[in-house]
This record gives sequence, C-alpha cells and structure tokens, in this order.
Amino acid sequence: MTTSETPAEVQHVDSSTLDAPLNPVIVNRSFFGSIWYFFRKYPVLPAVVLIVLVIAAVIGPAAAPYERDIGPIGDRHLPMFSFSELAPEDQDAPKYGLWPAGFHLFGSDHIGRDVFTRVLHGARVSMQVVLVSLVLGMVIGVSLGMISGYYGGLTDELITRFVDIWYAMPFLMVALIVVLIFGRGLTVLLFVLALVAWAGFVRVIRAQVLVLKEMDYVAAARVNGASDFRIMFKHLLPGILNTAIVVGTLNTSGLILSESVLSFVGAGIQPPTPAWGVMTNEGRDYLSIAPHQVLVPSAAIFLVVISLNFLGDWLRDRLDPRLRQID
Amino acid sequence: MANFLARRFISSLVSVIGATLAIFILIQFHNDPRELFVPDSGYGISEEQWIALGDRMGLNDPLWKQYITWIGNTLRGDLGVSLARDRAVTDLIKGKIGATIQLAVGGWIFAIALGIPMGVLAAVKRGTFWDYFGRSVAIVGQAAPPFVTALVAIWIFAVWLNWLPAGGRSPEFNWTEYLLPCMALGWGAAASLMRLTRSSMLEVMDSEYIRLARAKGVGWNWVIYKHALRNALIAPVTSALLVFSGWLNGALVVEIVFSWPGIGYDALFRAVNDNDFPLLLGTVFIFILIYLVFATLADIAYTLIDPRVRLGNSSD
Repeated sequence: MTTSETPAEVQHVDSSTLDAPLNPVIVNRSFFGSIWYFFRKYPVLPAVVLIVLVIAAVIGPAAAPYERDIGPIGDRHLPMFSFSELAPEDQDAPKYGLWPAGFHLFGSDHIGRDVFTRVLHGARVSMQVVLVSLVLGMVIGVSLGMISGYYGGLTDELITRFVDIWYAMPFLMVALIVVLIFGRGLTVLLFVLALVAWAGFVRVIRAQVLVLKEMDYVAAARVNGASDFRIMFKHLLPGILNTAIVVGTLNTSGLILSESVLSFVGAGIQPPTPAWGVMTNEGRDYLSIAPHQVLVPSAAIFLVVISLNFLGDWLRDRLDPRLRQID
Repeated sequence: MANFLARRFISSLVSVIGATLAIFILIQFHNDPRELFVPDSGYGISEEQWIALGDRMGLNDPLWKQYITWIGNTLRGDLGVSLARDRAVTDLIKGKIGATIQLAVGGWIFAIALGIPMGVLAAVKRGTFWDYFGRSVAIVGQAAPPFVTALVAIWIFAVWLNWLPAGGRSPEFNWTEYLLPCMALGWGAAASLMRLTRSSMLEVMDSEYIRLARAKGVGWNWVIYKHALRNALIAPVTSALLVFSGWLNGALVVEIVFSWPGIGYDALFRAVNDNDFPLLLGTVFIFILIYLVFATLADIAYTLIDPRVRLGNSSD
C-alpha cells in the first residue's frame, strides 16, 4: 500500500506495536523485566554462541596456545583447569607469552595434547565442512526444485520420485557406502554432506515455484520473449531466496550433527585432524578416568546445534512464517 | 482403500528397485570382491582361478543380468552368500536382527512413554513449570546427537553413579542392559513426539467443540481425556510409526557405543568394511523394506484414527 492511501491512524503502527496484545495495555517493566523481555524477543544467547564459533573458526588456529597434533605424553589425562605436572623443561611451551606456562584450560587428552587447542581447531573444521556442503547442497537442491516446479510433467515426476527414494534411504548407510567406495577424505565428506543437504530444499522450493510461476509478472516476462532460463534465475529466484535461506539455516544444525556422527563412526574427518566427532570418539575409551575428553567436544557440538536451532526458528518466523509447518 | 493400497504398493516397489539399483551401481566402483580370496602372502592366484571365482560369484555376467539374478533370488527368499563369512546372508541377518529389534522397540516405548504424556502435560499446564520443563527436555533431545546422549548417559549412570552396565548384551535377558541404549536411542524421537503432541493438543484445545463441551459444564479432566486427547493424538501416532525409519541411523551409532551385537554394527558396518557386497545389499534391502512397511502402516493408521482423511486424494 502506498503512503497516500494509508489512513492517518495506521500510519504510526510499527512492528513493536504489532506484537502487542489486541487490547493495548501499558506494560511497565522493571529493569530486569525489560532485560528478560529482550532475551525472549531476540535470540541473544544463540547469537553470542555463534559469534564465538565464527571468531574461533577464523582466529582459533592462531590463538590456540599449544601445538595441535603433538603433546608431551607425560601430561596425558590432565583434568580441566590444571597445570602441567612435568618439569618445566619437559613441558610443551605455549606459543605466546601471555598464556600461563603449562596451563591447560580444558585439560589434555590421552596422548597429552591440549584439549582447548584442539577444540579451537575443530571449530574451523566444522565451519568449513558445513559451509561448503551447505552451499553445494543449496545450489543443487534449489536448481532441481526450480526445474521440477517450473517444467512440471515428466521432469517433475522423475525428480519428485527421486527425492522420495532418497528419503527412504537411511543417510548414514548411504554415507558409509559412498565413503568406503570413494575413499575417506575431506572432498568425499563434503560431497556426502551435500547429498544429505540437497533433498530438503527440493520439495519446499518446488511448491513455491508452482505458485510463483502462475503469477502475471512471469507471464509478462514470457510474452516479452524471456527464455526459460532467464525467467527461472532472473524472475523466480528472487522470490524463493528467502525460503531457501530459511531452509538452509534450519538444515545447518542437521549438517553439523551429520558431520559429527560421520566423524564419530570413522567415516568422516580422519584423525589426527581434530573434528569434534573425532575427539569424542577418541576420548570415549577414557570415560572413567578423564571424562572431559568426551564432555568438552560434546558440549561444543551441543551448544552450536542448539543455537542454530533457535536462530533458525527465529529467522523462519521473521522471514517466512508459512514454513512453520515443516519442522 | 484398495485403490490407495495398490498405488502405494507400486510406488514402494519403484522405491525399492531404485534404491537397490543405485547401491548396486555404486558398488561396482568399489574394489573387486574377488580380491578377498587372494592370499596376502604367497604367489597370489592364477588367471584361471580368477575367472573360476568370477563364475562362481556370477561376476562375469553383464551388470543387468547380475541385478536380475539378484532380484530373482531375493523374491525366493535367498539374499546370497556373505563373501567375508561364507554364510547365507539371510542367516546372518536373522541372527542379528533380534538384538536390533529389541533395541528399537525399547527405544520406541521410551519415546512414547516420555514424549506423549509430557506433550499433553505441557499443553494442559501451558506456561507453568511443566511446560518449560517439557520443552527443555525436547530442545536438548533435538540438539544432542545420539552418541553424545549415549556417552553422557554412560558417564552419569555407569561411571559416576555405577548403577547400570556401560554396554554389551548378555545371552540371557538382563533388563539393566537395555535402559541406557534405549534411552539414548529414544530421546531424539521423544523430543519430536513431545513437540508434536504439545502443538496439536494446544490447537485442539483452542477449537469450538472443546469450548462447547466446557460451556455445557463437562468437567475439565473429562474434556481433556475424552474430547481433546483423541483428536490431538492423530499427528503423534502417525509420527510414532514413522519414527522407526530415522532409527536405522541412530541404531548404528548406539550399537557402536554400547557394543550392541545388532544388525547395524555387526552386519552393516562390518559389511562395508569387509567389502562384502551381498551382505551389504541384503541389509540395505531389509532396511528399506522396513521403512516402506512402516510408512504404509502410518498412512493406514491415519485413516483409521481420522475418518476425515481420504487416502485417494492425498498426494503421496
């Protein structure tokens, strides 16, 4: 609606009053009440966790206090917040002077490597894998969804049927088969995770395109002589981008879970590279003497996934509330 | 109904053929299974032996013929012979599937017993402690991968409190061994069941006929259990049947963590490691069959519970 047609009394309606109850009540919030309200309204804590994750992924390897893959064997199974028990000359020296000598924030693992260092490195591994495979899966999924919805007919039937079959396969099984046929490595893992990600986009995007392609502006573009390709990428894509972003955010936590499960099973990232799933798997034999080796990377996975879930829900409600039904 | 079942059957058939064909083709990229028979030391094997082995395993036929042979045998209940262990695949799967089914059923009971009552409670006592408690349990269940739940459960109940065994399954039944694996497997499903029950219960309790029943003077408890619950349970029940499919993933991880001698760990995982393609194909076939059976059952259950649903019109 244009401004000239807007009735005067609606003009100063902004988004904050839209959230208010129908009978306007003046809420006098106390100081803590308003903080609580702010935390309820915006995903503050999840955003903080994810910002910390991004910072850890970007500067983590440089900020990590110790070597990633080697450590003094005499320092194995140190508990959290402890100092090395070795003589100063046998200890691993911190990489920069600010770090207290011999201090292990999250303890050390079964061969004396610093767990904090490895968790920081693991953040970068997770972020790389998830971002690349998400983008890859998004491109494949969105393109197939658009083609399927736009052309219809046999193409649509084939793609939809294929997605159905794909959903009938337990992903871990497919992943194991693919990884063992093509070898274990980062590239294979990226493709496997892209295979996990793409199918989620197809149905939602297809449904959107089915609606959009009947619109007048698409018909107008076609009358003007636009090619199918141009209509899809120039005219339909902007309309489905919001949906794609929301589905992508909701899928990210699933990808992190899949990556950690694959690494845990031994089909994902290979040791000594410290993915969080790998660290959990290496630590599980020492649960009775040094449980922090399992608990620290587990907590990292858990915090990141829970934050992504909250952020995804919030983003969905903001950008595309129609998608509420898909969770 | 008959029409629906026929269509469902055909589409399931297409799915089974598509999935097994895909795996059949993928396996061709892997190493030749005959290499399993070449001794590590000594002179290897001769050309004639290699071809004879190929004849015995049907590897010299063209690909389509191998696939047709496999389908024909499967229809007669013969899934071939495991290469690595030289036993019939059906025997191997039969021997292992019992442990997995026990695990799955245990986890299923855990999920239903925790998820549905908690969802009802959270909806009925909306905004109270029970609502927040139930939702926190659900959020945790959805964010923790099964191996994290399993390991933390082992740490708390086996290492710290020393109440339950940390894994394994003895030949004679011992219920304490089931608690932790079933909980690790069932928590994720319990979380989604709880959320589903809560939202559909809230939706039903907001509807006109519940208000009518209240206005007539029907007691609150009676309204909830007689009027609201019946309609609110439709979505969770269907979902509870479908939950089995997702567990084939979870079961593998849980079986690895708890050294559980089931089909996921002892058949699937080993088959992939041993390059044992008859076993792999057989396991995948069984898994997909289980999934499709439960998906169809879920659809039938849906119509039985909710007469408003007409199967012919639904797009499947």
